[in-house]
Parts: sequence; C-alpha cells; structure tokens
Amino acid sequence: MPAADGASAAAAQDVASPPVPPIPSAAPPPYTIKGSVAEMDAKLVVCDPDGPPVAGAGVTGIFAPESPPSREIRDLSYLVFGICIVIFVVVQGFLVVAIVRGVRARRAANRSAEEVSDEPVQIYGSIPIEIAWTVIPSIIVFVLTMVTIRTIRDIDITTAPEDSLEVVVIGHQWWWEFRYPGPDGEVVTANEMHVPVGRPVWLRLESADVIHSFWVPRLAGKMDLIPGRTNYTWFSADRKGIFLGQCAEYCGTQHAHMLIRVYADEPAEFETWLAEQRKPAVVDPSVEAGRRVFAEYACLNCHTIDGLSDGMFGPNLTHLASRNTIGSGFIPLDRDNLRAWIDDPNQLKPGCNMPSLKLDPTELDAVTDYLMTLH
Amino acid sequence: MQWAISVDHKKLAMMYIGAGLIFFLVGGIEAAFMRLQLAQAGNEVVDPATFNQLFTMHGTTMVFLVGMPILLGFGNYLIPLMVGARDMAFPRLNAFGFWLFIFGGLLLYFSYVGADGLYGAGTAPDVGWFAYAPLTSRTFSRGNSTDYWILGILVSGFGSMTTAINFIATILCMRCPGMKLMRMPMIAWMMLVVAFLVLVAIPILTAAQAMLLFDRTLGAHFFDPETQGSAILWQHLFWFFGHPEVYILILPAFGFVSEIMPTFSRKVLFGYPLMVAATVGIGFISLGVWAHHMFVVGLGPVLDSFFGATTFLISVPTGIKIFNWLGTMWGGRIQFTTPMLFVTGFVAMFVIGGLTGIMLATVPMTWQLSDSYFVVGHFHYVLFGGTVFGIFGALFYWFPKATGRLLDERLGKWTFWLLFIGFTLTFMPMHVSGALGMPRRVYTYEADRGFEIWNLISSIGVPVQMAGVALFLWNVVRTLRKGEVAGDDPWDAWTLEWGTSSPPPEWNFDRIPTCTSARPLWDRKHPEDPDAHYE
Repeated sequence: MPAADGASAAAAQDVASPPVPPIPSAAPPPYTIKGSVAEMDAKLVVCDPDGPPVAGAGVTGIFAPESPPSREIRDLSYLVFGICIVIFVVVQGFLVVAIVRGVRARRAANRSAEEVSDEPVQIYGSIPIEIAWTVIPSIIVFVLTMVTIRTIRDIDITTAPEDSLEVVVIGHQWWWEFRYPGPDGEVVTANEMHVPVGRPVWLRLESADVIHSFWVPRLAGKMDLIPGRTNYTWFSADRKGIFLGQCAEYCGTQHAHMLIRVYADEPAEFETWLAEQRKPAVVDPSVEAGRRVFAEYACLNCHTIDGLSDGMFGPNLTHLASRNTIGSGFIPLDRDNLRAWIDDPNQLKPGCNMPSLKLDPTELDAVTDYLMTLH
Repeated sequence: MQWAISVDHKKLAMMYIGAGLIFFLVGGIEAAFMRLQLAQAGNEVVDPATFNQLFTMHGTTMVFLVGMPILLGFGNYLIPLMVGARDMAFPRLNAFGFWLFIFGGLLLYFSYVGADGLYGAGTAPDVGWFAYAPLTSRTFSRGNSTDYWILGILVSGFGSMTTAINFIATILCMRCPGMKLMRMPMIAWMMLVVAFLVLVAIPILTAAQAMLLFDRTLGAHFFDPETQGSAILWQHLFWFFGHPEVYILILPAFGFVSEIMPTFSRKVLFGYPLMVAATVGIGFISLGVWAHHMFVVGLGPVLDSFFGATTFLISVPTGIKIFNWLGTMWGGRIQFTTPMLFVTGFVAMFVIGGLTGIMLATVPMTWQLSDSYFVVGHFHYVLFGGTVFGIFGALFYWFPKATGRLLDERLGKWTFWLLFIGFTLTFMPMHVSGALGMPRRVYTYEADRGFEIWNLISSIGVPVQMAGVALFLWNVVRTLRKGEVAGDDPWDAWTLEWGTSSPPPEWNFDRIPTCTSARPLWDRKHPEDPDAHYE
C-alpha cells in the first residue's frame, strides 16, 4: 500500500509545515485565440474600400485571378472544363440511352418470352466505329496537349521578368520567411509579404527543412520549396488588396497553420513600407525591462531583432508590431494573443517548434509590452 | 486450421478478400474520424498529430491492405477457374505471398501499439502515404513510426511480387486446351498486365524503401539534402512505383466490368481485340507518366510538357474501354441485378474521375489544383467510384460461385444506392473546396474562405456510406446462414467458372474443360451459333 502511505505522509506534512507563499504555477492557464483573422481582415478592407473583398467565398479561389499567371491558368481551365463537359454529356448521354433501351428490350423480351429469340443479337465489334473512338479522342488529346504546352511556356519562365522585385521565400516548419535583397540592405520579415501593385514579383523559393509549397491561388499556381534546391515563380498583382494562401505540401504537424498573406500596396506605399522595415528596431526606454527579458532568456537564440539578437530559427521580430498576425497568419496580433502565445505557444498551435519558456507573469507582461513596441 | 495451412487458391483468395474487407473497415473508420474533424472549421475532435496519422494510415491501408489484396484475391480465385486450371502454378508460393501480406499489414498496425520506441508508445506513421523525403528523415520523424511504415509495406510488397509471378505463370502456362491467348476471358488479360506492372513497379518501391531504411538506421544519405542527397529522388522512385500502382488498382476492376457487363446485357463484349490492345497500351504508357505527380516540383517546362502529353495520351486507351463497354450495353437486354448496378455505377463514376484526370494532366491547372482537395476528389472518383464499386460488383457477382448462395438482391440494391449517394455527397464537393483553395492534409481550415459548406456536405456523406457497408456485411452474414441456393450458373453466364459446381471442388473441374472460343459456355449453350464462327 505505498500510495496510501505516501498520501498520509503528505497529509501529515501539510499539518506540520507552516503555510508557504504560493509559487507561481508552471502550467499556463488554458488560452483561446481572441478574435479572428477574418474579422480583422474585414476591418482592414473597410479602411480600403477599393480593395478586393478579402473575406467570403472565393477569397482563395482559383477562378478569381488577380495576376497574369493565375488569369492565364483560369482561361485555360475554362477551355478544358468546356471540353470535359461536352465529353461528359456525350458519354453519360450514351450511357443513359443504352440503359433505357436495354431495360426496355429486357421488358419486351420478358413479356413475349416465346416469340423473340433467347438472346439479343450478338455484336462482336465494328472496325469503323472502333477506329472512330480511337481517332477522335486522339485528336482532342492532341489539341489539349498543344494548348497546355503553350500555356506552360508562357508562365514557366526561367529568368526574372524585367524590372521585377526579387523576394526570397524560405519555408520553415511552420512559417514563412521573406527576404528582400537590395543595395541598401536586406529586409527580412515573416508570414506577411508586401509587394507593389503592377510590378512583377520574382520569387526565389528555398526551404530550411522539409518540402513546402507556396500557393496564393489568386496570384499564381503553386511551386514547391525544396531543401537543397532553388525554385522560382512569379506573379504581378493587378490591384491593391490582401491575397491569402497557404502551404500546399504536407510538411508535418502544423501544415494546416502555415498561412501566407500577400499585401499588394500602391508602389509609393510599398516603398514607404520597405523603408520602415529597413530601419533598426525601435528602442523605447519605457519597455527596457521587457527588452532585458528577451535578451536574457532563450528568445534571442531563435529570433532576430536588429541590434539585439541574430537567431535564425524563428521569425525575424525586428518589426513584429507592424504585422497583423502571429503564428503564421492565423492569430490576430494584439497584446492578449501575443502574451498567450509567448506563455505557451503549443496551446494555440499544438506541435509548433517554439517552446514555452515558463516566464513568470511579470516577465511575460514585460516582454509582451516590449514586442508590441517593435513597429 | 484447414484454412491456415491451405494452399488452395480459392481458400487463399477468400482469406485475401476477407482480410482486405477487414482492413477496409479499419481504413473507413480512420476516414470517418477525419471527416468528423473537418465537418466544421476549427473542430477539435482529434489533435493535429492524430489527424496526420489518420490520413497516413488511411491512405496506406486503402492502397496496400485493401485495394491490392482484394484485387489480387479475386485474381487468385478467378484465374485458375476461368482459364480451366486445377490451381495456381505455384500453390505454396501463393500461400507464402498471402501470409506475407497479413504479416506486413499487422506489422504496420502494430505501430499503433509500439512505434515510437523510446519516445513513448503508440504512435502510428504520420508522414503521408507517399512519405516525402526529407520529412521521413530521422531529423523530422523521430522514433520508429516511419520505420514501421517502411517495413510493413516492404514485407507485404514481397507478397505482391510472388503473387504476380504466380499470375503470369498460371495465365501463360496453365490454360486449358483450346484457350489461345485471344480466347482468354478479359479479366485474365487485365490480371496479366497487372502482374507485369507489379513486377516492374513494386521492386522500385521496395528498393526506395530499403534506401530510406538505410538513411534512417545506417546513416546513409540517399534522400538527405544536407549532405548532397536528393529529396526529389524519393519522389521519382516513389511515383515510378506509384503511378503504375494506380493502374494495378484499376485494371482488375476494368476486368470485373468486362465480365459482368456482357452477362447482364446478354451480349458479347464489344471489340475484344481492341480491348486487349487498350489494356496492354495502358500497361506500357502507365510506366511513362509518373512525373505528373511532380508538376509543382519545378522540373521545368520541357519535362512538364512531356509528362503532361503522356498523361493525356493514356486517356485514349482508357476512353476506348469506356466506349467498348457502352458498345456492349448498346442493343442488349439489360437486367439490373446488383452486380450490374455496381458496374454501371463504375462506368458513370469512372468517367468523372477520368475527366478530372484530364484537367489534372493540363499542367497549368495542376499548378493550381495539385495537393488541393480537387485531387482528393479526383482520385476517390477513380479508386472509390472506380475500384471499390468494381469490387462490390465482383463480390455480388462471384459470391454465389464461392459459397453456393446468392446474396440478397433487395439488400444489395439498397447497398448500391446508399454507397452511390453517400459517395457522391462526400467526394463531389471536394472538387469545389479544392478549387476554392483548400489544400489537402490539413487538420483544420480557416473559417473565412468558403470551405465550410462543402466540407460539411462531404462529412454528411460518411454515415450514408457507412450504412451501405453495414447493410452489405449484414447481407453476407444472413446469406451464409440462410441465403437462396445459387446452383452452378445463377447468372446464365459464359465463362468457365460457371461450368463447375458452386462452390467448386478443391480440384476445380472433374474433367479439364476444353475451349473453342472466348465464351466456352456460350458455345455449349448455343451449339447452333457458336462464337468460334466469328473469330
């Protein structure tokens, strides 16, 4: 009976020992995400009445293209759909007619069992008919092949279009890194990509770990990010707005929460954004305590904040507060959500690679306040 | 015990099919949990890790432990009976193959008990059924769950290879007197091509899995990009197996349709020689289309165009088959028994799966639709609407031969309509959610993208399908107890298996039959107008 013994011993100790001040529990309270990205996006759209709708059906649909590659794919899809629907109607039509006629013939034969012969006429084949249904599909297939190859050649270009903006996209388990190389220094951000409207964007796709796939359906078809290999793809947003997408190649536990947000800004806005991002991190003396927490704990091993740390494993946080979301695009960024996330990321995104550092509530508040100043 | 030590092809076949049906229930339950989780955005029925195990196990089970064994089981049962032989060419090898399959399947499922080794017990593989490198490397897949996936499939793969050798030997060497190759039942042709495809494709998978096992346990670097290994090499090897595998899973079902449709249309199969040519053509072309699974890998415009073209090309022989079946029904006297319902459903569903296949052969469309729910819808139309409907047709058609009793027709028709409606509810909406941008293999999805209604409809189809399967099982139990006695030839059919008793004796035929045409029993029933006249 060791269990009972232990219990009674503990009870005895309880009585004997003086009351101790409560130690802050190591287990974080249960958290839920406050608000939703959809609601947030709806508000963002209100601020920009000219933008395309962000919420609602078709927000990631392939039939609502806003960029040349996806538009060309949509047009080709209509053609192929059209051909397939004709084939569908013809084949299923023949099937239905064959069934109706066959069932009638069966009933007729059943009614007059003696008069008609035992079995219907046996037809073993017909060379002309069989040639017809070999040749006609071959012609259709030839046409489809030709238009397909033409579209492939239009979209799958091997060199960057003129005057394009180059963005390096690096897939991580389970977030996106975007790097904007440039003569004035590289800008690094995560999960939310800004691009100028109307200018081709040349994406250089790499992976830090396993295979991912970059898919923003309204801008372009998907392309894999493969470790040990560099792929390229491109798009050019037709209009201002937020274009959503997500990782399309199964990449492990949180594949479902590896969302992409592409903000297409007016060129001037984009340049402003880029200049802001290029600045070093804000140093606000009022949140010095939080800055110290960040620097003293393991945060800095994984996260870069310009001028403070250079960790590479997690998203760059230099301008975290300029983003709308955390957790790779599925949690609206506000103080409560950020605090909950830092306290225990695995509650909001089970299986993610960021550990809970078990900060005490004061440290947690301090580091959250600090990060919220990083505009 | 009689069953455990049996080398009789009929007993082995029934064990293959029985075990396959048990795995079918298991894989179906896994799918039901996934659909429950996805019925609404943000559901928490299962956690993400469990969900990833569910789709991995569902896919692996349905392909390797349901499709393969049931189809090979039918081959095992039917080939000797239909070519007029007393057993397979190598009966003991046959039993060996069956037990390897059972062992492989149990090994895979043992992962639910002990796979994670030191990291804690009870973790099934979670790398997806095509297990892309480097997600399968030790870095990203710790513990032993991936090793169970490798070993379970590797073992059952050896079983499939031995069975393929047996099929080829039996079909080529053991046909009864008079059965020339061009007089074989169509299903024998299908099984012959399948057997060759198994022999070409499965060793590639086995080799790739052995390489992966070396990577994981011996420190090799075949698929490890960090040390100049190649993640894409795995995809090439896997799909060089994987695409012929699709035809391994569909050709036997083509065979079922080609046997069942003539019987219940009361007409000879239309265009037998072209059908044979199309089958062999599919066999060859299927070896040259594998990279259409890799259109988003970035292989470049030349390779993408080539594999797009070969994929389009394969639709020609496939289309020929569909037209030949229509030609068979045309002008017939159609009797809608349950098997005929299932094979007609097969044709209708397979046409849809084929047409979405044409869309996916259109490379730029695949750039959008690859790895989306559209693809999930597409291949379920082929493998469920196609293969599984074909299997149900075959079960209803040959059940009386194997047991001597006819499955209940009324229950059978209910089964068909429940499965047909449930199937359509579940898989048709997936095309829409995929086109709306929903990727596959996500354990949940965002609420603002318009996916919800389509996912809800998909999930509603599940209980309907489950009711259909439950009715089928009840039908089997009831029929075995007190079903209508079938007699030797309940369908008035024309191939050799209907010329012996139901169930057939262990030696199949009291006297080895002789064969004068592709329909030996037609010739016997219609001596005034035998098929031999038209050859």
